[in-house]
This record gives sequence, C-alpha cells and structure tokens, in this order.
Amino acid sequence: MQVPSHVEYEKAKSVEHALELLTRFGPEARVLAGGHSLIPMMKLRLAQPETLIDINGISGLSRITVADGELRIGALVRHGQLLASAVAAGHFPVLRDAEQVIADPIVRNWGTIGGSLCQADPSEDLSAAFGALRAIAVIQGRDGSRRVPVREFHLGPYETVVAPAELLTELRVPIAGDGSGSAYEKVSRRVGDWSIAAAGAVLTLSSDGTVTEAGIGLAAVGAGHFVSTAAEDFLRGQPATDAVFGQAGQVAAEHCQPAADQRGPVDYKRHLTGELTTRALRRAAIRVRARAGGQTV
Amino acid sequence: MTVNGTEYTRDVEPRMLLIHFIRDELELTGSHWGCDTSNCGACVLWLDGTPLKSCTALAAMANGRDIRTVEGLERGGELDPVQQGFIACHGLQCGFCTPGMLMTARWLIDHHPHPTEAEIREAISGQICRCTGYENIVRSVRWAAEHPSGAAS
Amino acid sequence: MSTAEPDPPLGYGSMRRKEDTRFIRGQGSFIDDIKLGGMLHGAVLRSPYAHARIQSIDVSAAQAHPRVRAVITGETLATRDLAWMPTLAGDTQAVLATDKVRFQGQEVAFVVADDRYAARDALELIDVEYEPLPTVMDARQALDPDAPVVRDDLGASNHIFDWESGDAARTDEIFAAADVTIAEDLLYPRVHPAPLETCGAIADFDPISGKLTVWSTSQAPHPHRLLYSMVAGVPEHKIRVISPDIGGGFGNKVPLYPGYLCAIVGSMITGRPVKWIEDRSENLMSTSFARDYHMHGEIAATRDGKILAVRVRVLADHGAFNGAAQPTKFPAGFFGVFTGSYDLQAAHCQVTGVYTNKAPGGVAYSCSFRITEAVYLVERMVDMLAFELDADAAELRMQNLLRPDQFPYTCATGWVYDSGDYTSTLQLALDKADYTGLRQEQAAGRERGELMGIGISFFTEAVGAGPRKHMDIMGLGMADGVELRVNPGGTAVLRIAVQTQGQGHETTFAQIVAEELGIPPDRIEVVHGDTDQTPFGLGTYGSRSTPVSGAATAVAARRIRDKARVVAAAMLEVATGDLEWEKGRWYVRGDPDQGRSIAEIALAAHSDLELPAGVEGQLDASCVYNPPNLTYPCGAYVCVVDVDPGTGKVEVRRFVAVDDCGVRINPMIVEGQIHGGLADGIGMALMEVIAYDTQGNCLGGSFMDYLLPTAVECPSWELGETVTPSPHHPIGAKGVGESATVGSPPAVVNAVIDALRPFGVRHADMPLTPAQVWRATQGRPLRTDLAQS
Repeated sequence: MQVPSHVEYEKAKSVEHALELLTRFGPEARVLAGGHSLIPMMKLRLAQPETLIDINGISGLSRITVADGELRIGALVRHGQLLASAVAAGHFPVLRDAEQVIADPIVRNWGTIGGSLCQADPSEDLSAAFGALRAIAVIQGRDGSRRVPVREFHLGPYETVVAPAELLTELRVPIAGDGSGSAYEKVSRRVGDWSIAAAGAVLTLSSDGTVTEAGIGLAAVGAGHFVSTAAEDFLRGQPATDAVFGQAGQVAAEHCQPAADQRGPVDYKRHLTGELTTRALRRAAIRVRARAGGQTV
Repeated sequence: MTVNGTEYTRDVEPRMLLIHFIRDELELTGSHWGCDTSNCGACVLWLDGTPLKSCTALAAMANGRDIRTVEGLERGGELDPVQQGFIACHGLQCGFCTPGMLMTARWLIDHHPHPTEAEIREAISGQICRCTGYENIVRSVRWAAEHPSGAAS
Repeated sequence: MSTAEPDPPLGYGSMRRKEDTRFIRGQGSFIDDIKLGGMLHGAVLRSPYAHARIQSIDVSAAQAHPRVRAVITGETLATRDLAWMPTLAGDTQAVLATDKVRFQGQEVAFVVADDRYAARDALELIDVEYEPLPTVMDARQALDPDAPVVRDDLGASNHIFDWESGDAARTDEIFAAADVTIAEDLLYPRVHPAPLETCGAIADFDPISGKLTVWSTSQAPHPHRLLYSMVAGVPEHKIRVISPDIGGGFGNKVPLYPGYLCAIVGSMITGRPVKWIEDRSENLMSTSFARDYHMHGEIAATRDGKILAVRVRVLADHGAFNGAAQPTKFPAGFFGVFTGSYDLQAAHCQVTGVYTNKAPGGVAYSCSFRITEAVYLVERMVDMLAFELDADAAELRMQNLLRPDQFPYTCATGWVYDSGDYTSTLQLALDKADYTGLRQEQAAGRERGELMGIGISFFTEAVGAGPRKHMDIMGLGMADGVELRVNPGGTAVLRIAVQTQGQGHETTFAQIVAEELGIPPDRIEVVHGDTDQTPFGLGTYGSRSTPVSGAATAVAARRIRDKARVVAAAMLEVATGDLEWEKGRWYVRGDPDQGRSIAEIALAAHSDLELPAGVEGQLDASCVYNPPNLTYPCGAYVCVVDVDPGTGKVEVRRFVAVDDCGVRINPMIVEGQIHGGLADGIGMALMEVIAYDTQGNCLGGSFMDYLLPTAVECPSWELGETVTPSPHHPIGAKGVGESATVGSPPAVVNAVIDALRPFGVRHADMPLTPAQVWRATQGRPLRTDLAQS
C-alpha cells in the first residue's frame, strides 16, 4: 500500500509553541491537524514535508463560541463538531447544509475546519460556504495576529495567504440580523464525493422583501475566491423572487470558469452552477421568511 | 498507547501509519486496509472513543491515547451485540469490511440507541462493502440495537 | 427476508454461517494477515506511460539502499526464462517489461526489502528512461491502418480474434423482411471488480526440498499451481498453493498476476519468504478489469410486438494483453447467450477482439463469462423496441418470453436452456412492485414535471461451466473433484476444489452433505483453498461452485449413502434391498425401529464387522463431476428511480428482484448473494467506470475516482423467488452468485431512460452520472469511456 516518505514529527503544545516550531523548521514543515487531506497527499508522495507539526494537542482551538457579535470557530474544530453545533446552525444554516455533504461521517470525525481551508482544494465546500458568509480568517504569527477576509484567503488552488511561520487559528462570521438566511446546495456523483458543483447563498432581505445584501459562494467551478460577486451585484436591490433567483443563477453560471473532469463536462458544470445557485437562494429566502415567522427550516 | 485496554510502547518511525502500527507491530490484524485514500473504511477503529480511518493517521498521533479495535469488542468471552447481530442477520460475506462496520455500528448504537434505517445507512456511508449490498448490515445493526444485551435480551 | 434460525437445520434452510465466528472477531486470515519468520516485502515499480519503449533501467541506487535485498527487472527474469508468462486466454503477458511498456501501470521492476516502507522508498530510486510512443486508447480506432501497434511482439495489427455465433444469413433475411428494426450503439464501459481486499501473495521457496509454497489471493488455486509450474519451472507436485481467507474476488482473483511471480522469484533469489500486496491504485490500474464492450445492437420485430431476431456486432477491448479468463473455445465468453429470455427465430453476433494500451483483462466482475454484456444488450434493445412501438415494457416482455412448455429450449445460437417459468417469475416481480400502480403514479407525476422511471429487466443466465467436452481453461476440463469422509465418530470432512471469497462454502457445502446423509452441518468440516489438502478442480468463478462442486458433493454423499447401506445391511443381517433410507439412517422396511444411524454405521464401517466381498471398509467417497449442461437461472427485476430534472441526479427509490435459481440450499446466503449483485448494478449503472485520456492516463485509478456505491445509494432490496429446479443437477440447484450483477444494470438503466421519456431519450451509455443524464436530456449524451471535455 502507499506509505509516506520519511518525515520528522513534532508535537506542538500551544499556538506559540507551534509558531516557534514552524519558524525553526522552516518552509518544509507542514502543520498536521486532522491529517485527512495531508496524509493522503503524503502517501501519494505529492506532499513530502520534512517535518510535521502536530497541532492536535493544542487546547483552545476546538471551540465554537459567540462573542462580540461574531460566531467564532476554532481551526481545530472537527467537521462533525460544526455539523452538530446548534449555535452555528442557528445563525448560519449554510454551515450545517455544507457539513452534511462534506466527505463521510468518519472523516468528519477528524478532519478539521482549518485544515480544509488551508488545503485550499478548488472543490472545498467550506471555502464556498465561508466565502458566501464573508467570514474572517484569523491568522496568528509570532508578531501577532491578522484578520483576513476569507474572500482574500486563497491565492489559488492549494495556495493560501498563510505564511510558512503562521497558523490559521479561527474563522469568524459576523452575525447578521433577523432578515438573513442561508443555504448550501451541492451535487456530487455519490455521497462522500467532492462536488461536481456547489453553491452557498446568504441573503439579507428588507422587510418589503428586497435583497439588501447577498453572498454567493461556489465550489468546484473555478469561481474566483469561491464566490460570485457578479451574482451578488445583480441581486442587491432586487425583489427576492424565484424569477430573480433564476436570473442570479444564470449570472453565476456565466461568470464561473469550470474545468472538465470525470465529474462532468464544462457545459454541465455551468448549468449546475446556475441551478444550484438558484436553489440555494430560494432555500435561503424561505429561511429568512420562516425565521421572521419564528420557524426553523 | 492503550489498545483494547492493554498498554503498548513501541519506537516507530514518525511516518508509520496507525493501521500498520496496529497490524504489523501489535499484530492485531482484525483492522484491515483497503484503499489508501480514506474512502473504504476497512481500517476504521476508535481513537479516544471516536471512529477513525486509521490509514489516514500516523501512529505518532495516537501516542498516549486510547484505541479500540474489533479485537476489543468481545467482553469476558461474550460477543458484543453487534457481533451477534452480524451473525444472526448475515451481515457479512467475505468479512473484510466487517471489523470496520462493527466498530462504526457499536459507536452509532452507543450514541443513538435506536437508529433509524436512514441513520444507519448514513453512519456507514464512508465504508464500502462489496458483498452484501448493505441490506443485511443495516438489519444486523438494527438487531443489535433491539438486543442491547445480546441474544439473551 | 430469510433470517437464520438459532438451531441449524439438518440440511437445507437458512442457517448461520460457520465462517462468521472468526470474521466477527477480526480473526480471519487474509493474505496480509499472514506473517512468516524472516519474511521480506516486495513492491512493484510501474510504468507511468501507457506506451513507451524502455531505453534503460538503472537500479544501482535502489540496490544500494541499506534495507533492500534484491531488485528484479525484466532482464533478470529473462535470464531465467521468466520474463513472459502465459495468460488464461492463451496469450503471453510480460511479467516485467523488457522491450516496452504497453499500459499505464504495467510492471517494470520489483524490489524486495526488509519492510514495506523501505520497498516503497526504493522504487523512487530506480531510474527508468522511457521513449514515449503514440497510444491507441479508443478500441474503435484500434484497427485503423495507421493505429500504433500495441503488440509488435506478435504481429503488425491490434487484431486479436474474430468470433461469431448464430445464423447470419437467416438473421439477415428476417431483418430485411421485418416490420420494425432498431439499431443502436451501446457501450458497456470498462469497470473493475474492485474487491475490498486487493491482490497479493506470499511466496516461500525452500531450496533444500525444492518445495514452493504460495499463499495468494486466488479464486482458482489448482489451475494457478499448474501455471506456476509452467512458468517457474518447479514441478507441480513440489508446489503448494494456499488461498487463505479472501476479501472478495468477483473474478478479479482468477488470473495470474506478475506480482505473484515476482514474489516467487524474489523468494528464490533471497532464500526467504517474500510478501507482495498491491495497493488500491495498482489493483484498479493493472488487474483484471471487466466489460469494455462496444456493441452495435439491432432488434427486429413485427408491428404488433413479436420479437423476431437480434443481431449484434461487438468490438471487444481486451487491453494490452489478452488476459481474459474464460473457457478456451469461447473467446467472447458466453456472449452467445445474447438471445436472452425470448423466443427468437434467429440471432447472430460477430465479436472482434482488439489490443489497446489499457490494462489487460475483460472477463471479471461477476459477469458469468460476458453474459452480463449479453443481458444488457438484449434488455436495452427490448426497451428500445417498446419505446419505438410505444408499447409497455412489461407487456412486451410477457408477449415474447419463453413459455414453460418450451423447455428444454435450444436458443437461436445453440445454447440449451434447462428449465424456467419465465412468465410466472416476471408476473411475481410486477405484482410485488405494484407495476400498474407505479405506472399510474408515473403518469400523474409527469403532469407535474416529475421524472420518475420504471425499469424492467428479465435475464437468463448460463452458469456452472461446464461440460468437459466443450469447456476447458488452458486444456483443463472444467470438472471438479470432491472427497468426502465420514469419520468413525460420525463427523465428516469434505474436501472441495472450489474456493470461497465470501460465498459461504463452509456452510452451504456442509448443508448439502447434511441433507444427503443427515449429519448435522456443525459436525461437517469443509476444507478448501489448499492444493495439498483438496482434490483437483477449476475454482470459484462464473457462479460454478454449486452447479459443479455442489453436484459433486451431492453425488459423493450419495455414494457414501449407498456404501452405508451395505454396511447397515451387514450390521442388521438383512439384504440391502430390505433397507429404506430416512435422513440420517437406514432402517428395515416395515420395521422402522430396526435401523442404524449414519454415526453407528460409520463406526461399524471402521470396525471388525464383516462386509460382503468387494466392499471395502471405512466410509468415504469421491466424485469428479462433469456437468452434462450448464444451469440456467433467471430473474425478473423492477427498478424505480426518481431523476432530478434540474441536476440529472438519479435516486433509486425501489428495487424488486425475483430470482429463480432452482433449489435454494441456504436461502439466507442466496439472498445475500443477490443483495450484493444488486448493489453492483447500482454501481455500474450510475457511477463506476474506468476511463482513459488520449495519453493513456487511467482516470479511475483510486477510490476517489472509481466510485463504488455506498449504503446511501442502495435502497432496501425487495426480493422474491420462484423455484424451477434444474432437471439435470443432482439437487436441482442452479448457480446464483452472479445473477444479480448480470441482471440489475439494465433494470437501473431502463428505469433512468424511462424517466427521461419526456425528453425523447432512447439511450445513453452507463454510467448514468448526473452529467450524463443531463447531457442525455440535451440530446448530447457523453462517450463515458473517454476523458470529459
């Protein structure tokens, strides 16, 4: 079977310790969290880090909390934990929707939120979900932390703004008011597979049903920074109707850049982008209205 | 680390996968390896009480922690109800996926004592069985849920 | 649904499996669980190219690795005349490439090291210089005059064979005169059996005794022993092949693979046992695939729906070496059974096999020697006929199915179907599914724009190869031996030549003996999977274990029963003619209290009891069973799907399967076999495919890309049965291991295509992924065997 090549291993006891280790071992060191992206890459020898810095023992990075009007999700929070979080789902159902369709229950037990974002796979669902939510990534360096919008977090496939001696420690999502709702829609060839295409929608509606703000996240279809700003621009100021959502889907489809692979040809992925954007918007709008009526859907 | 209640200490290369540590070093060969890419679930065991695909973890990550494998299901000569269920309902054919399925089944019932069919299917959806078409695995898990003390109940 | 009773039956009936007690404890003994003293580990270096000339191989750095014990190349093997090996189809295959590589993943070098990590590391140290060559990846271009030649070692063309069956002239006549004819190109794409346990071997050669022991994932230990002997030059009596517990086979573990031979040579060179276990990508990219049949099918019928004839031309992609495993006289396997379950006036097929730069194989994945392709073809064509005639797919089948009074039935290509009651089987399936209700629901749903589909398939299988006169593999007639011994204490040992990979032989075969002799199954040990311990036979594939070895077991048990009668007569001092049998004992006719149990008889047979002249003591028997015909199980399947019109995503809502496999020895096990095959059908119809790009890169080389169905895609199977015993089989049983894999894919595909009726879709090739379904609704279905663009 496939096995990793030789590697050194260090266990970080704290964020500071992890940063110290990352500094000491330099750019050939990699942070090891859940390992569910990194270890398979190492087995294929597509990744051959010299040193692994295991951060699983660091306490304080595994919490989901609400503070200062933000939902805060530690980088070591496991997918399963986010899926099960009533607090997270209560504010942002898009997160539960997305987590439900990420990998499988066993992988979700150990794969981490931070790891998924840092892996920066172009098909990563959470990048699209957090992109739609306009989340903020908190990145810690030895000289302090910085806040980077998730929409500026990815530099390209498998590449992020996190520097070799930095650590992603938290995702923060500003909590929106009552007029907001969100949803995530994904189609894959089979349960547990990566998205053929997926769309997340976050809507804020005024009391008369006008879209005051929209976030559209897209996974696996080559959308810049995992979002469709064109669809968002189109939606602002429009009435929240199915017809408008259908048009927004078309805008999202026109502006993405999918690549063909065995999940599907370009024309299908583009079609799917439109369809799923429309569906996510509809469901998000239903959730806004249900919330106004005191229900959860 | 502690495996099925027994403490083991070994010096291994940092790159050694947990599945190899369990199988080759400790000679507990009930946990299997099937795919390299954490898709098949033949290697599922428990780490600190939570199911893990052990082909996608390093042995070093389990240092000082608690592991339970299929060999640790039987207690005092009594088969676990999930083991009994798999026999009663023909939940296995070649037996290769079975240890992983059993570990997930035990965990599911521990956390959801009365799982629905849909919940069982979801719980094992990261594990492949090529023989049973899953039908009898689902029935086996339900049998175990309905017989919390095994055949006697 | 059959559940095992806690107390085992004294014969047939649902019974808990004897083998389960070790598996549920994690105490199975699979190939990679076996550890021998001093054992080394091997790893194979494989070609990254699909077609390239090898310029040079530099192994010096690998050899210098401190934990490496040997590095073997094709050159090393050539000095031992081992560089090429025979395939089961009579071709030759490179063990390690010498001249050039012919598919991506082909074996190039073998490293033996102290542990598997070091072996894997050393592969990186081998430097191979390749000169890439143009590839032939599309079977439809393989015979073009300017196509690159894959097997320049054999000739100047990629042509392997032409084979035909049926009456071409008569078929052409019927087609020319028919009211309705339909033609369609159908691809049964390349798929892979992908057993959860990959292939592997441990070879242990003892230079002193000259004895070679090979533990391997083999569905056919005895034929493998002969092949090892032919290739490795070790006489057969000095070779012991052991198949330990096998983690699924499905035909993947029938052929001999280069890795096994490399392990043997590795052991010969190092003088130590060598283990080789392939990884998942190696399994998917280099071992026996299935299908890859490009079919041009045609069906002819009258306007009122009477099917007259079927005609088909096939291009069979066998990959770089003809490594298909099938009876020698059948280069296209049993594809000739494409006449299906219908009363045709004529049929004709023409099959051309070609080489391409893909992995070798073709016959695997529970295909019943290509009846899978045959059933798919005819069941799709019948649905297309219903489409064109605007007829109901169920009624059209009812109209054309063979009637019970037509059996035994000689089909238009000469196969003699042994028995069946097809219309009853189909009717039961339709009733179980509430077919009429489903059609009403479908009509109502269509009004609302919903895409619900109902698919039917009716299959006839031909399994249990087979009569020695017609069927052999490498000259080995497909008869199986068994040896049965009743011990003095009344327990029994049955030695069989077939090899379980999960089918439950240890239980089922004990039940056959129990039924015949009245010895409880838990007092019968079934020995299998070891050439030193079992009689000769061809192994387990093609659903042949019960039809052939099961028959042998029943015959041997009956021979013991006859012998027991002689012994009982001597014990009771009566004539054998005065004795009557009831399960487990002989008794005196008219005086039932006067009798002897089989256990008492067994003890007496080993005692000083005087037996008639010519009757030897003890209680044992053997049988080599040469089947007079194949057995022909059948089944009717109904699949119900819902298709999301916006995304093309298919959900299988229900699946009703009525199987007729004759007498069921252990209904619980039979149902389990069917369940597994139904899941295969979901997989093949909806997600499984091994495609290649034009450079020859395999696009299905891991479980991330080669998708297998999970519990979520599978519905709760709804089973039913009819029982039409095989008239020529000693216990009336037919094979069942592959029935559902053969019969289910067309049911799923027919259902999806039926759902797409509002779009006017008549056909789209598998797998019906969301992309393929959507493209079908756009009138532009994909070539699923090629890279998407």
